[in-house]
Amino acid sequence: MQNSDLLINIGRFLVLVVVQILLFNHINFLGYVNPYPYIIFILVFPFTGNKSLLIFLGFLLGLSVDIFSDSGGVHAAACVFLAYIRPLLLKFSFGVSYEFNTIKLSKADFGARITYVSVAVVLHHLALFSLEIFNISHILLVLKSTLFSSIFTIVLLLCITLLFSRKN
Amino acid sequence: MFLFLFVISLGLTVNSHSYHKNKYVTSANFFSGTIYNWKSNVTDYFSLREQNDALADENMRLRTLLRSTQDTIIFETLDSTVLTTPYTYYPAKVINNSYAKTKNYLTLRKRAEDAIETDMGVISSKGIVGIINKVSRKYASVQSILNTNSKINAKLKNSFHFGSLVWDPETKNPNEAKLVDIPRQAPVVVGDTIVTDGKSTIFPRGILVGTIKEFELSNNQDYYDVTITLFNDMTSLHHVYIIENNEKEAIKQIENPGDASVLEIQQSNNQETPQANAEQ
Repeated sequence: MQNSDLLINIGRFLVLVVVQILLFNHINFLGYVNPYPYIIFILVFPFTGNKSLLIFLGFLLGLSVDIFSDSGGVHAAACVFLAYIRPLLLKFSFGVSYEFNTIKLSKADFGARITYVSVAVVLHHLALFSLEIFNISHILLVLKSTLFSSIFTIVLLLCITLLFSRKN
Repeated sequence: MFLFLFVISLGLTVNSHSYHKNKYVTSANFFSGTIYNWKSNVTDYFSLREQNDALADENMRLRTLLRSTQDTIIFETLDSTVLTTPYTYYPAKVINNSYAKTKNYLTLRKRAEDAIETDMGVISSKGIVGIINKVSRKYASVQSILNTNSKINAKLKNSFHFGSLVWDPETKNPNEAKLVDIPRQAPVVVGDTIVTDGKSTIFPRGILVGTIKEFELSNNQDYYDVTITLFNDMTSLHHVYIIENNEKEAIKQIENPGDASVLEIQQSNNQETPQANAEQ
């Protein structure tokens, strides 16, 4: 990782955590639907970057959000999980050859981008809500929360990637 | 690497699901407290009018109460048990609030010199809010009543039948809670007031909770499940009070002589069995 990349990632990490805890945790759309767009950090982490580092950073990211929202280790677990399966997701949505091209999320094909973001968000949210609710008798609640929050997050993430994609 | 970190976070998760073991990850620490404090310093201005109204309301109510105690001597003798109970109140400000999850917590900014401890009750001018979960020097995190771990002893205002106040996460409605285990012979009427019971050492008797919205017999036909509309608007809390029970130690010593480690757990269960038998 180059120096500028490092700075960008640190900055992104801090900004995302702050925005998540101060803004997105308090949206409460329809009473309880909150988006969790901070996971974009894991999604746009350089595709060729170190995998163990990403898992560790995912843990830190989730733990920071956890500390602020008093949720034990729920976000940390979901983020570590997402960071762990990211290579699989990349292979699934961009084809096997993703490692050889220096592909960037903002430049990728729109369909592939949607697949990648949606699958990642749904898996992350499913892990998140199963752990948060942690009760098999409330399985419907888990699925409902996952569905609504996922839609919200996916829309937000697609907007964010469009907004911050550099044309060059 | 993955497994190691995953297990750690799972451990923290499981830890957070059991009622207050030592929690490591809470927003009561200096770092998150400071950030939430900055935030509330900015956002407080937007609700100043509402806060003023609430405080004026409370002042009016307290003045009326003061007036009536001065005027009538009977009132004092009737309520002497309540009045002599030594509770200390500390002010605090809500700097972060959540109500959309299944386990909701608030973060308070308290005065640094107040000796707040875990397991003290928190109320607002309108009613019950929650129980202190973790404390640092200037901040405290509160387990809200809108938390599936919370189970608070409450009773009907006009009789002595009591039950447990819990929250149903299925509806995720921040204005409603459930009162379960009210015995069948209790005179439950829609619109009646529910108050705290004072059988636990956390809340004094008579803190307002809410009014009965509807009720039905539970599955085993012996108890009522009562749905309560809370007096408090849990989505908009600003100034709250932390209650210290000065007789807590004495009560604990009498209830469980000897084993000190059981005390904390016993207390959270609201002492169900022995007193339930005595009541009936």
